[in-house]
Amino acid sequence: MDVALPSFYYERLFEGMLVTLQVLLYAFLIGVALSIILGVARLSSSKTARTLSLIWIEFTRGISSIVLLFWMAYALPILLGIRQPSLLLMGSIALGLNMGGYGGEIVRGAIQSVPKGQTEASIALNLSEFQRLRYVVLPQSLRVILPPMGNLTIEILKGTALVSLISLSDLAFEGTKLRTSGRLNPDAPSAAMLFLNILLIYFVLSQIISGLYRLAEWRVNRRFEGARTEVELPDATTTTAGAG
Amino acid sequence: MTSTTDPELTPSSGHDDDVAGGEAPAHHDLTPPKVRPWWLHPKALIGAGIAIVVLAVLWRFGGGDVRFSTDSRPAPGSTFDWSYFWALVPDMLRGLAVTVQATLAGFALAAVLGLVLAIARRSTIKVISWPVAGFIEFVRSTPLLIQLFFLYYVLPGWGFTMEALVTLILGLGIHYATYASEAYRAGIDSVPKGQWEATTALNLGPITTWSSVIIPQAIPNVLPALGNNLIAAFKDAPLGASIQVTGILAFATAAAGRSFDAGVEPYTLIGIGFLMVSIPSAFAVRRLEKRLAYERTN
Repeated sequence: MDVALPSFYYERLFEGMLVTLQVLLYAFLIGVALSIILGVARLSSSKTARTLSLIWIEFTRGISSIVLLFWMAYALPILLGIRQPSLLLMGSIALGLNMGGYGGEIVRGAIQSVPKGQTEASIALNLSEFQRLRYVVLPQSLRVILPPMGNLTIEILKGTALVSLISLSDLAFEGTKLRTSGRLNPDAPSAAMLFLNILLIYFVLSQIISGLYRLAEWRVNRRFEGARTEVELPDATTTTAGAG
Repeated sequence: MTSTTDPELTPSSGHDDDVAGGEAPAHHDLTPPKVRPWWLHPKALIGAGIAIVVLAVLWRFGGGDVRFSTDSRPAPGSTFDWSYFWALVPDMLRGLAVTVQATLAGFALAAVLGLVLAIARRSTIKVISWPVAGFIEFVRSTPLLIQLFFLYYVLPGWGFTMEALVTLILGLGIHYATYASEAYRAGIDSVPKGQWEATTALNLGPITTWSSVIIPQAIPNVLPALGNNLIAAFKDAPLGASIQVTGILAFATAAAGRSFDAGVEPYTLIGIGFLMVSIPSAFAVRRLEKRLAYERTN
């Protein structure tokens, strides 16, 4: 059995992969922004913000991403009176909303894992609420956020395959098109080989994503451990001056 | 797995079925109380009974070949026609039943296969554990949609022709078995090392070790994670529409396809139908999680 496909297959699949990565990028950006907003809002001192973010999270987590995707693609444009919606944008928003719901809970858990003394210290230092989050709490929670966020990003990569069902020409869509056109051609590679190749492409992509996350985790951890040893060094004056 | 959590053993006015021989309980009675295995506990039996009834009802009314009967259309020119919306409800429920049925059957498969995968992955024989670990990693990081296409279009070529619903069940089962195996692995790791050492000391064979020492202690810790996987599987089950399973999404697509601009009501309806199932289930899983955490600390 020959696993490799003819080269024009790979050209088509590559074009599909670009669409997949594009959807992934948009969904990721929306998802991360929503995660931070929702995670912080869940722990806000305002009761309205807490309740609204809880409802939002339960809604986006409870509804299936595929149902949300179809609703965003086919129902929302009619309700809003948009004739020609950009399906790429709608699909990315649907996946991003889904990611935001799960990510919000990750961020909330991570913020809660930061020792309370850090918050108290930043209040004592007279930092504003925003400064406290931006410079003290969120950087420290990053260590806890990254591993589950990596898994979530891979889930969203898998979720991008769904946009093929609303006729976006992503990797999965190109695959089904190639299968249909190949049925008329007796020399075409079998469906098994075609789908195996697509599965392998997704697998490689997800391994790359998890590699990137591991790299980020390593860098974040190094920064933390570096900071700690600097404080513990006996002749702190020389080393801290360099690290600034 | 301790007797202290068993409400049957707390003293009450009409007691003593559990005390051996029906004798009056002495103050310093050192005979161990009879502890039923967890699967003989009344709660477990009631739960299993309900599950069987629900499954039977689903099987009866949500057969694999559902025909959607409503033929109504929205009033022309309206953005949201309520009468059309209500007319769609019976068909939606029929589609939902198929989706729920596929989820439960697929998850039953996943729960069993996941345990097998988890045990195989822990195997000391590398010829078994490495391919299993690779398989789990591969299936976990590739989309279920493509896996379904693979099963649906490739297996018939290899001589396995299946109904679409069976393909969906198989696909969901294999996909979520890899998730379940991770949950089982965490549960098995949570069993104290002393239990393993005790089985060695008692000279128990591997089958007895797993079936009567490790698994009964691991299962309660795994239940919340499995519950979350079940909800996740339910959210992925509409994917069956892409391989012609007449589930909830196929219903909406069919209804939307009947006339131009008719997508609002059916897609909104299935969204509501979904939330009606998944939010209570998520709530139940969270209750279970809290309860188990409470029992463990007591």
